[in-house]
Amino acid sequence: MSGHEATPQARALPPSLALTGRVALVTGASRGIGRAIARVLAQRGATVAVNYAAREDAARELCDEIVGEGGAARPFGFDVADAAAVEAGVQKIVAELGGLHILVNNAGISIDALLMRAAPADFQRVLDVNLKGAFFCAKAAARHLLKAKADGRIINISSVIGEQGNAGQAMYAAAKAGLLGLTRSLAREFASRGVTVNAVTPGFFETDMTAASVHGDAREALLKQIPLGRIGRPEEVAEAVATWPRRPPPTSRGKSSRSTAACACETPLCAACDPSGEGTTL
Amino acid sequence: MTTADIEKQVIEIVREQLDVKPEDCTLDKIFTDDLGADSLAIVELVLAFEEHFEIKIPDEEVENIKTVGDAVNYIRARRKA
Repeated sequence: MSGHEATPQARALPPSLALTGRVALVTGASRGIGRAIARVLAQRGATVAVNYAAREDAARELCDEIVGEGGAARPFGFDVADAAAVEAGVQKIVAELGGLHILVNNAGISIDALLMRAAPADFQRVLDVNLKGAFFCAKAAARHLLKAKADGRIINISSVIGEQGNAGQAMYAAAKAGLLGLTRSLAREFASRGVTVNAVTPGFFETDMTAASVHGDAREALLKQIPLGRIGRPEEVAEAVATWPRRPPPTSRGKSSRSTAACACETPLCAACDPSGEGTTL
Repeated sequence: MTTADIEKQVIEIVREQLDVKPEDCTLDKIFTDDLGADSLAIVELVLAFEEHFEIKIPDEEVENIKTVGDAVNYIRARRKA
């Protein structure tokens, strides 16, 4: 199929960065950071499965844009919080796109409330989408990623809030911190096959989610804490994410650039980031 | 499906999943000790058997399937049942 031929953009990339011949699933890709990730992966030559929960129009528009730029992408609608729907969705992707190599667990929601006002049902929904969704997608994709061996990747989009916490975001922070534990465990579980599992913990980026939760005085206060004095663009996270699937597997763990990207692994010799365990290339 | 058919298909799946040579894949071979399967490979193997033969292999029964021959016997019994 067309996705297995190098796109014009992929041809211009050094071979180590090109993702030609690989299939990537990006969950929650109709907008925000997921949309930017889908675009960058497609620009690097991957065939992208654009997952959406409700915004079919936005997902289709993104796929049309990608195809218009010479890339390959198709929309796949399913709710990541629904295990059976995820299983069926991943099967459909594998059947239609010829495999699955890269899973980007990006789908997420934020319901903000101070603890005393937080509703149990809201906490359940936040966990279902942000944490269980990633678990279900990883579970459904695992066999295919293991088959892809050293091309197999899981990249979980956590959040800086999962690391540092935030008043009014306990539900979101708990789910995003849980995602880091999932990342570290799966990294160990899949390392022997060369499948790496990493997490990115973005700070604040210009998305609908950030616009909804940070405005007015809070936005001014936030800007004061950011050295660049501005909120990041989704494309900037996407560029960081797109470095993980490169060949050979990444050896640096980028802890210092935590606000944009970081491996969630804290072991001294990270088998997930570096399957050889010695910093050499595979 | 005859026992010979099951045997042939089991060996084919084992060869593919564990990446072993056909001559090494005999009925007496133990998946872990002889064919180098780790716990993850055993799970992949079980999933492949389940899918191919349309059966369910409960975790507690996986522990009793140690050799290629054990797998053939188990699948033959389950498919008759």
